[in-house]
Amino acid sequence: MATGVIVVMVIIALLAPLIAPSDPIAQPDIIGLKNLAPSLGHPFGTDSYSRDILSRCIYGARISLTVAALATAIAVTFGTLYGAIAGFVGGAVDTVLMRFVDAALAIPRVLLLIAILALWNGLPLWLLIVVLGATGWFGLSRMVRAQVLSLRELDFVAAARAVGATGPRILLRHILPNVLPTVIVAATLGIGHVIILEAGLSYLGLGVQPPSASWGSIIQDGADQIGTAWWISLFPGLLIVTTAIACNSLGDALRAAFDPRESAVMMAELDA
Amino acid sequence: MTAAPTDMPLLDVTHLSKSFPARQRFLRRDAADIRAVNDVSFAIDRGETLGVVGESGCGKTTMGRSILRLIEPTSGSVVFDGIDVATLHGSALRKMRRRMQVVFQDPFSSLNPRMTVGAAVREGILIHHLAEGREADKRVKVLFEEVGLNPAYASRYPHEFSGGQRQRIGVARALSVEPEMIVCDEPVSALDVSVQAQVINLLQDLQRDRGLTYLFIAHDLSVVQHIADRVAVMYLGRIVEIASSYDLYSNPIMPYTQALLSAVPRPKPGRQTARIVLQGEPPSPANPPPGCVFYPRCSHPLKDQDCTRVVPPLEEKTPTHFAACIKQPTTMAAR
Amino acid sequence: MTEPLLAVSDLRTYFHDGGAVARAVDGVSFDIARGETVAVVGESGSGKSVTALSILRLIRTPGRIEPASSMMFEGRELLALSESEMREIRGNRIAMIFQEPMSALNPVLTVGEQIAEVVRVHTDASRHEAWERAIEMLALAGMSAPRERASEYPHQLSGGMRQRVMIAMALVLRPALLIADEPTTALDVTIQAQILELLQRLQQQFGMAVLLITHDLGVVAEVADRVVVMYGGEVVETGTAATVLRAPHHPYTEGLMSAMPRLDQRTERLVTIPGVVPPSTAWPSGCRFRDRCSYAWERCEVEHPPLYAVGENHESRCHIAVEPLRRAEPHIPLAARVGADQ
Repeated sequence: MATGVIVVMVIIALLAPLIAPSDPIAQPDIIGLKNLAPSLGHPFGTDSYSRDILSRCIYGARISLTVAALATAIAVTFGTLYGAIAGFVGGAVDTVLMRFVDAALAIPRVLLLIAILALWNGLPLWLLIVVLGATGWFGLSRMVRAQVLSLRELDFVAAARAVGATGPRILLRHILPNVLPTVIVAATLGIGHVIILEAGLSYLGLGVQPPSASWGSIIQDGADQIGTAWWISLFPGLLIVTTAIACNSLGDALRAAFDPRESAVMMAELDA
Repeated sequence: MTAAPTDMPLLDVTHLSKSFPARQRFLRRDAADIRAVNDVSFAIDRGETLGVVGESGCGKTTMGRSILRLIEPTSGSVVFDGIDVATLHGSALRKMRRRMQVVFQDPFSSLNPRMTVGAAVREGILIHHLAEGREADKRVKVLFEEVGLNPAYASRYPHEFSGGQRQRIGVARALSVEPEMIVCDEPVSALDVSVQAQVINLLQDLQRDRGLTYLFIAHDLSVVQHIADRVAVMYLGRIVEIASSYDLYSNPIMPYTQALLSAVPRPKPGRQTARIVLQGEPPSPANPPPGCVFYPRCSHPLKDQDCTRVVPPLEEKTPTHFAACIKQPTTMAAR
Repeated sequence: MTEPLLAVSDLRTYFHDGGAVARAVDGVSFDIARGETVAVVGESGSGKSVTALSILRLIRTPGRIEPASSMMFEGRELLALSESEMREIRGNRIAMIFQEPMSALNPVLTVGEQIAEVVRVHTDASRHEAWERAIEMLALAGMSAPRERASEYPHQLSGGMRQRVMIAMALVLRPALLIADEPTTALDVTIQAQILELLQRLQQQFGMAVLLITHDLGVVAEVADRVVVMYGGEVVETGTAATVLRAPHHPYTEGLMSAMPRLDQRTERLVTIPGVVPPSTAWPSGCRFRDRCSYAWERCEVEHPPLYAVGENHESRCHIAVEPLRRAEPHIPLAARVGADQ
């Protein structure tokens, strides 16, 4: 079910030009077609510039999902490597790396993001992605480090060293594959989280800049007319909630599937 | 690298010690370092099996891992075929590792759950460029057959195997790099009796066919008696007695060895000999008693304050039978 | 003959987990007399631990004790009792100790509190009386300075000490039956000797019966009056410890005896039992041991052997009892021929 929702969202985003009934930024009749309630012609209604909300939401999926996927990819890659190196090398390196993470975790992420983003005017999209990614890896790096610490004490790691495997080889072939389930679960949960975060930032005007629209910025468009034209904010809001719930339940499902007792079976099937 | 003279032991361990820093408690560090292995010396000849027995916490596993440099020894030397392993680094150490392998106790944690068992066995072959591609696969197949596993299973994952089968895979992995010596760290203690016998027989067959040298660590005295040529008894980080298997089991000198042997339940109804039940438990290796470490639990009729003054050296009591006791040996029957 | 303390008859504990039914315990019967020690011997997968848990009715879903089973204890049918009546019996009339005392003790309560708790649950003793009984029991279990030890937490004790605490907790109410599931397997041999001695001493002092679950035939020889050998969820041999160990009848018991390296006998090569225990979802037809047996013949494939009487109080589930000449013709077992990979 959760997977289905996510797959549908991704397909919509990929095929946006084919699916969307009209151009998301076209303003056909700014007076006559302004703030129309949902109807057959405009299932999600129109906004104050007479733009079709459905089309905007479909194109918005592209931006929201891209931002979330790429930012999470950055966070997960970096967090995994950072945590793995700290845990595997140990000693002073570990102490320094982890103290930095402790410090970073002491600052609320939203505050940090607002502070960084407020410095820019007209933030390019790629920079938004980088900033979201760069602030999203702290917790994961701690989780990965803890796992690496316990994995590296296991006998199969000692056996690999005993046959002459080098440090990098042990890390890549023996330790990281065993951390993978944690990382996949964290990534799935992370995507849901970033979608909401990006929406929040866009709502504050710090995220995606007009005229491109993400779900968050569409909500913002309708924010001051919520009493009269509720549909502008409602539909993108529903999409955000649906996608986030889908990501979270998929993450939980994966967590259960990766349970240590079944993990080996699961991975065997994935590899086969 | 020159060939060592043949009368030299394959492995010569002298004054090997390993200390672990005491665990730090919050804001205080009061305990002394834990001396897990304390001034241990012994040698193993090529083709020989030296058994090491002792109870949990006696340091036998740490000793085995220190010899392999899986743990860095604190001091002492480990000379393998004329080369001091303790001073090697980088690629020289990795080359040396090819010659000394290990088989672990736990059949579950000793195999990577995310790697096929074939890949686990192939890894060493690839690392040491013993073979590539198809040739490597062929070697894996031969190894599987050698340890009594169906080669078709090479593409399976560890969870699909029983404990005994996993131990066979662990043995195949060790053999993959063509070692001369294998440290067997409790290789059969997690197995059921019938499976244990299968693995013991396999290890003996391999030794015969390949001329392997074993350092066989175990807590089960019967298993060690069965497989070892010579046996060392460890207590609180030290070797307290070392002799040929026959001498040690038929005429143990150290009171500790005597108690250990008498404690083993024998599957024979109506036992004849009285059991020496040791009182108390081994002291902490962080705080060993002065002098003879066994003194507090010793039941030797002649034990006295002298025992607490000096650490008894490992002395040759009868030819090739060494024991660390300053008192005149008594036999088990005499007590 | 007086009525036994516990009479287990035709006990079947099956696990219904979706697919095939796992018949972990499949028609087990045995008696325990008051004050007697009975050892249940077997390897992993034999059903010995499930048998122990079944007696205390501690089987959880998807496991189930099948309807035709019966367990008469002190004249009452355990399977007919309500859950609250059963709770009255557990820890009070029948107690149990486990292989790993650490997981059976609560880490956040002192050991004295845990023992006193048992007393307070089953009697109307006051808090103070319960505490005093806990200390008295710790002393009986061979703990030095029991008053101080009672205030310690499980993690402060060594493995041997924890096992003494477990024993004190199990025996504080003087149960009629103690079920000991591999009580010394996790312990060193010198500590094992101490614990076995303690168990025997307390058994005599309290006059209780002990059901000892173990894989170690050496331990059996030390403490057991009678032995029940299990294989494939069934009893395959039963008799006095002396008889079974001296002259095992069933090929499985015989195999176990010769697969063990022994201090009192030197052998060049151990005899092995080839193959592994089959899964409990698919016991072989006929004799469950036949593929691993060196004597098996056609009859073993088709006819499930009953427990034959092979001597005084000695029974064995092997057709060799009626065709003794088969023992003279050993051959390589099937499991060794087809599956060298086992």
